[in-house]
Amino acid sequence: MSGFFATFRRELRLALRFGGDTAGPLLFLFVTGALFPLAIGPGPSTLGRIAPGVVWVCALLAALLPLERLFAADYEDGSLDLLLVSGVPASLVALAKACAHWLVTGLPLLVGAVPLAVMLRLPDAGLPALALGLALGTASLSLLGTAAAAVVLGARRAGVLLPILVLPLVTPVLIFGAAAADSAAAGLPAQANLLLLGAVFAACVPLCPLAAGAGLRAATD
Amino acid sequence: MDAGTLATTPRSGRGLHRFANPGRFLRLASRVQPFLTWPGLALLLIGLYAGLFIAPPDYQQHDAMRIMYVHVPAAILAETGYWALAAASLVSLVWRHPLADLAAKEIGPVGAGCALLCLASGSLWGKPMWGAWWVWDARLTSVLVLFFLYIGHILVIRAFDDPERGYRAAAILALIGAIDLPIIKYSVVWWNTLHQPASLTLTGSPTIAWPMLWPLLLCIVGASLCFGAVVTARLRAAVMERRIATLLRAQAEQAG
Repeated sequence: MSGFFATFRRELRLALRFGGDTAGPLLFLFVTGALFPLAIGPGPSTLGRIAPGVVWVCALLAALLPLERLFAADYEDGSLDLLLVSGVPASLVALAKACAHWLVTGLPLLVGAVPLAVMLRLPDAGLPALALGLALGTASLSLLGTAAAAVVLGARRAGVLLPILVLPLVTPVLIFGAAAADSAAAGLPAQANLLLLGAVFAACVPLCPLAAGAGLRAATD
Repeated sequence: MDAGTLATTPRSGRGLHRFANPGRFLRLASRVQPFLTWPGLALLLIGLYAGLFIAPPDYQQHDAMRIMYVHVPAAILAETGYWALAAASLVSLVWRHPLADLAAKEIGPVGAGCALLCLASGSLWGKPMWGAWWVWDARLTSVLVLFFLYIGHILVIRAFDDPERGYRAAAILALIGAIDLPIIKYSVVWWNTLHQPASLTLTGSPTIAWPMLWPLLLCIVGASLCFGAVVTARLRAAVMERRIATLLRAQAEQAG
């Protein structure tokens, strides 16, 4: 377990030292989010209607950005081999990376999504459901994305492959998350969709680190 | 892996590992091949002919219903193909069976072709029936996501310089996809029912009249046999390719 925390702390320290890289996804979220009013028009009724979907799609795309480098740097300089021979199970290393990815990318996105949603004129009633859904959804994405990043480790053009692999897999997350915010904004209960998001997250917690661990072992064989 | 499993050499001639011998596989496959190809083609042609010319037109959809004879087999094979892909991946991960690696590699493009055929024929069917080339219907959307899963698998298995790495990465991916596929399917069904009423479903009540059903059954069996025939032919070609590559490498080593 100490290996888990050591990996986790190392990831956080690296993220803090390179603050510019860490802020990248958040900036991406705002820049892409700001494109939609320019493309669709500033009418509040249209914007408010599409706001949950826009915020969700932008957040998913933004969270994908750091995944390519999640293991690649460690793989290239050999520290991944050291981590794996140190006796820490590969799946635990992957879980530590996924937790760090969520804390460094998912959480800022979650905080940034609320002002973006307000700017896109999402009705106030939808904000709690949007934030809660994004909290569960970005966590699932971190886990699934870690598994995919481990699978494509060492591939040619891994950066192009990752979105093609991850985005079809996260369609349930997007559907439930956007529907939760949507129904809450319309004054309907969002509980069912949030519970389904929670179920997806609960399925990801044990399965994704296993898959990611298998991917890491395959990469370092 | 502990020392015990390493010490015992795998006994040949037991279970699936009998077919890890490429020569034995090639002999068996070349014997099985004609029994897949010719009955498959015959059944498919009879089924298509019966479906297009003999079966009565639907009282609501008229002749447009006949697209069903291409659409339904393609849809069934696209989904069954993914389960076959996942099964091959499981065998390749657990037993490191070399033929399962090749099978996963060769099923991918065939299954993706079936998914694409299903999407294209569905789109052609949708234009006269629903008045649009594409409708975000739950079933269409889930086949679209299935097609993306196939594409991801096809890209990953070929994305590594070391083919063994590609096999293992793609196998893990296929298993993730197989677990995710039912979730995707249900989420899409709920998404669709949440957003729009089910006014745009196919008129398909579960019972089809027998004169329309039997050509469809022939098409499904024929197309499945053809699927098997294509995959077997691709597998044989892949095994032979590997053999040729080994021979060429040995020749080059001797010469240089």
